[in-house]
Amino acid sequence: MTIVKLSKAAPSNKLSSSAKVTGLKVIIHILALLPVVQIYYLAFTAQISGDVVQRLIHFTGIGAFNLLLITLAVTPVAKRFKQGYLMQVKRLLGLYSFFYGLLHVLNFMLFDLQLDLALFFAEVVKRPYITIGMLAFIALTALAVTSISRIKRRMGKRWQALHNVIYLIAILVAVHFYWSVKSELTSPIFYFAITLILLSFRYKKLNALISSVFARKSAP
Amino acid sequence: MLIKLTRRSDIKESHVTDEEVYLQRRQLLKQFGFLGAGALLASASNQSYASWFSDEKQSQFKTTPLKYKADSQNSSLILTDEAKVISHNNFYEFGAKKEQPAQLSQSFKVNPWQLKVTGECENPITLDYDDLFSMFAIEERIYRLRCVEAWSMVIPWLGFPLAKLIAKAKPTSKAKYVAFETLYDPEQMPGQTNRRLGGGISYPYKEGLRLDEASNPLTLMSVGLYGKTLPPQNGAPIRLVVPWKYGFKSIKSIVGIRFVEHQPATTWNDLAPQEYGFYANVNPNHDHPRWSQASERRITGAGLFAAKRIDTLPFNGYGEQVADMYQKMNLSQFY
Repeated sequence: MTIVKLSKAAPSNKLSSSAKVTGLKVIIHILALLPVVQIYYLAFTAQISGDVVQRLIHFTGIGAFNLLLITLAVTPVAKRFKQGYLMQVKRLLGLYSFFYGLLHVLNFMLFDLQLDLALFFAEVVKRPYITIGMLAFIALTALAVTSISRIKRRMGKRWQALHNVIYLIAILVAVHFYWSVKSELTSPIFYFAITLILLSFRYKKLNALISSVFARKSAP
Repeated sequence: MLIKLTRRSDIKESHVTDEEVYLQRRQLLKQFGFLGAGALLASASNQSYASWFSDEKQSQFKTTPLKYKADSQNSSLILTDEAKVISHNNFYEFGAKKEQPAQLSQSFKVNPWQLKVTGECENPITLDYDDLFSMFAIEERIYRLRCVEAWSMVIPWLGFPLAKLIAKAKPTSKAKYVAFETLYDPEQMPGQTNRRLGGGISYPYKEGLRLDEASNPLTLMSVGLYGKTLPPQNGAPIRLVVPWKYGFKSIKSIVGIRFVEHQPATTWNDLAPQEYGFYANVNPNHDHPRWSQASERRITGAGLFAAKRIDTLPFNGYGEQVADMYQKMNLSQFY
């Protein structure tokens, strides 16, 4: 729900924050959708050299991770530069991260395993990197579904508790990426570092979260 | 009579952008749009963005037709399109991404070339470029190629049996293994100096076979495919093809063959021994730690749907010719 501030209709070069949000959302839609449309167009028209399937899987996977990290960067940036309106694009970014993650899983299922569902489930259970990747995706799905405003309102306080899972998802995805490569650990390590930096901004919150989990077990 | 009143706000003829300029701008903007989006996510386009800013087309490597004896036995196999065979490669010396070797190797120099056959043998040989094609009769061999990454192709190779070269070199009784080495030339092979490009493996690339495996009639020294000499991305001017083993055993652009007494060090086995064994025989019952080897994606063409998932065969379907070499071995232990 966006609250539109009534500003005096004086022509000024300062955009109202709702206009800024709208503009930013349009940009996000374009930047997130264009590459997907482009790569699938190239893939379906057989214009991708090399391994098309691997290319799609890697592209959507790293895209999902990039968008997840951008989502996690919003709050620290908004606080640091006092740009409160930025908080209103977090949901959209998070949903695009989920969208890319969904494509990532579907590519693996459809184009790599060619809908061999028995093999799909066997692989999810057998391969640690796919297991944690799948856990991250299931959790992200839960966050995507509960981002619908009506559900969010109905959940009340529990909503925030659930959405704190995003920090765990980020770690799972970083490990998933690290475990999935054949050689060349530079990129996974770089991504791991970015993930940890973004989590370090929530040091206090994470501390409180972790201690509350353990505090329940030892009631005073 | 039409009297046209102009307002100052009307656009002047001199301000109208020429259509051609307008279209070029649209094109540029489109590309910048993709460039921005690409920078946010990952490179989406098939060509590198740099190519938009240079009109230079990389000159294609020239291959030449070869005379050969056709393979009459395996003509029933459905071949993978030539375009796919020469554009989907694992050759980390030219980049770890599948499309990079074809893009980054076109200026590779294969002539002059020296292939030295040395070590525990009575008759060390040095083959120059012309020898590769003239020392032995060239024959066509249509083989299945099974990559350890669970994709596969069918390729009409041209070459000669390694057994013929081994017979000529006369290995001594000390020779138990054969060690192979790829060219080390960072000037020409960017992956050898750039870790990000070359996947961080150690160079020069090394491979090895047991002497009986190397002498097996199926083991081919390949100098061509699809009727022509090899393009660089496929291992020009000469490469090994061991059809019953995973692709990484079939070492490319070979400069050295040595007869040795002990099992030689091999690149992928050194890097991750639990994932890539020395033997690396295609085995549907021994999974790679990160994926199943029970089935494979057989690639026939370039499209997203030009691949089928099929069951993987023990020894890649060549068990009849090779299984007896491993009778006494536990293949789960010696994977």
